Amino acid sequence: MTAVEVEARREAAPAEHDDTAGGRASRPRGKRRLGPGKAIPFGYLIGPLLLLGVWSWGSAAGWIDPRVLTAPWTVAATAWDLWESGRLGPDLLVSTRRFAVGLAFGVAAGLALAVVSGLSRWGEAIVDGPVQLKRSIPNLALLPLLLLWFGIDERMKIITIALGVLIPIYLHTHNGLRSIDGRYAELAETLRLKPAAFIGRVVLPGALPGFFLGLRFAVTASWLSLVVVEQVNATSGIGYMMLLAGTYGQTDVIIVGLVLYGLLGLGSDAVVRLAQRRVLSWRRTLED
Amino acid sequence: MATHAGGLTTAASVRIRDLHRSFTDDRPVLAGLDLDIAPGEFVALLGRSGSGKSTLLRALAGLDQDARGTGEIEVPEQVSVVFQDSRLLPWQRVLRNVVIGLAGPNAKARGREALAEVGLAGRERAWPRELSGGEQQRVALARSLVREPQLLLADEPFGALDALTRIKMHGLLRALYERHQPAVLLVTHDVDEAIVLADRVLVLDSGHVRTERRIDLDGDRDPSDPRFAAIRTELLAALGLGADHKETA
Repeated sequence: MTAVEVEARREAAPAEHDDTAGGRASRPRGKRRLGPGKAIPFGYLIGPLLLLGVWSWGSAAGWIDPRVLTAPWTVAATAWDLWESGRLGPDLLVSTRRFAVGLAFGVAAGLALAVVSGLSRWGEAIVDGPVQLKRSIPNLALLPLLLLWFGIDERMKIITIALGVLIPIYLHTHNGLRSIDGRYAELAETLRLKPAAFIGRVVLPGALPGFFLGLRFAVTASWLSLVVVEQVNATSGIGYMMLLAGTYGQTDVIIVGLVLYGLLGLGSDAVVRLAQRRVLSWRRTLED
Repeated sequence: MATHAGGLTTAASVRIRDLHRSFTDDRPVLAGLDLDIAPGEFVALLGRSGSGKSTLLRALAGLDQDARGTGEIEVPEQVSVVFQDSRLLPWQRVLRNVVIGLAGPNAKARGREALAEVGLAGRERAWPRELSGGEQQRVALARSLVREPQLLLADEPFGALDALTRIKMHGLLRALYERHQPAVLLVTHDVDEAIVLADRVLVLDSGHVRTERRIDLDGDRDPSDPRFAAIRTELLAALGLGADHKETA
């Protein structure tokens, strides 16, 4: 029998027989053995819901003293009351606006600084040091000075938030940019790309994975800075509402604020991750 | 540009005189190399690893800022480079990879045409990772040819492909070359590839062109042709793989 005949016979054999022949194990199709596997629909909600379940159960069973931690349903009722009485809506709006404006300014500044510092040695020499300096100073420590400089109005709050956002955007975009394969710069060189085309086609898209990681940190940083500025010096916003509630011992209102911060943070992170999946669809990673 | 010149004449496309390049103090990679390539001439460059093939090509491409050396290099205005890896930008779709940096309103149409020429019409919107290695390298060819180069520099462009794909790519490259008529410098380690494709084969050794062989086979170049085999033996000998070597192998 020639090799070709053997090949032909093997092909003619029934498939299930082929799978078990010679003691070989059959493997179900479509299942990857290594790696995290297929994505679970709405999987990112499972953890938070589990936490909510434990909280509810603890409260219902009487293990959690309502003076220490209000029950979830009380929190929900309080939130509804606050909303109904028109106290929550405006505060929520003010906070969200501060978050968005601060984030926008911080992202723009961080991105610009990262490109300048990433593409030019002089830019790096001038920009990188101050950014690293700022990085080691917490926003809370900077606040008295910012208060003196910019007063207690919105400007101070936006600047504080933007400063907190700038750092992760800068660090991760800069790192992403510097990690771009040098061979692409070489290619751009042989294609005689103009600087604008080089930045637009090679540098920025190549740095995008890093930028998105930075953005996830930045979104959280924006909410965190918001808490700080709203609790130190404000007359509106969720933080102010919580501060007031603390003075009157309203645990339920404090928890409403905390839950809101948490939900807003979780929600914005989900938005960033969704955008990341869309924009980075050219990649094939363990995420997919 | 001038018509086909038979080699070392005045209207050369590439002219290199007394080229020296080194990366360390003790051992030069190129030592006084002279080379002329006529317009529309296909030259293949053979040599053992470390013989300076890639260094020469990178000097011509202007990619050797990290090397030290002297010498005179003249290249045409429009030079394209094909690397061993396709070097497609993974974040750009195929057509955008082809027309990257190309100016003009009809850039996209020219890009589509180039893709059709390499047999990839209809794959314009694909991501590079969705293509096979051979297809990616064909996109890289389209990217270099859409710029209508007067000189095409190719650094082992088929080195990472399997044997069957490589044979197909030889046919494609030769067809594209005949249509566009750029001068070509092909760096390769594959002697057969050099004989199949080139008008002239150079063997580089210790920084000089040690052997030069014009390929005067007409029609289809068949590796089983005795004249083909004779050239192969000659070039292998120049590479230090003589007949005695074969016996021990």
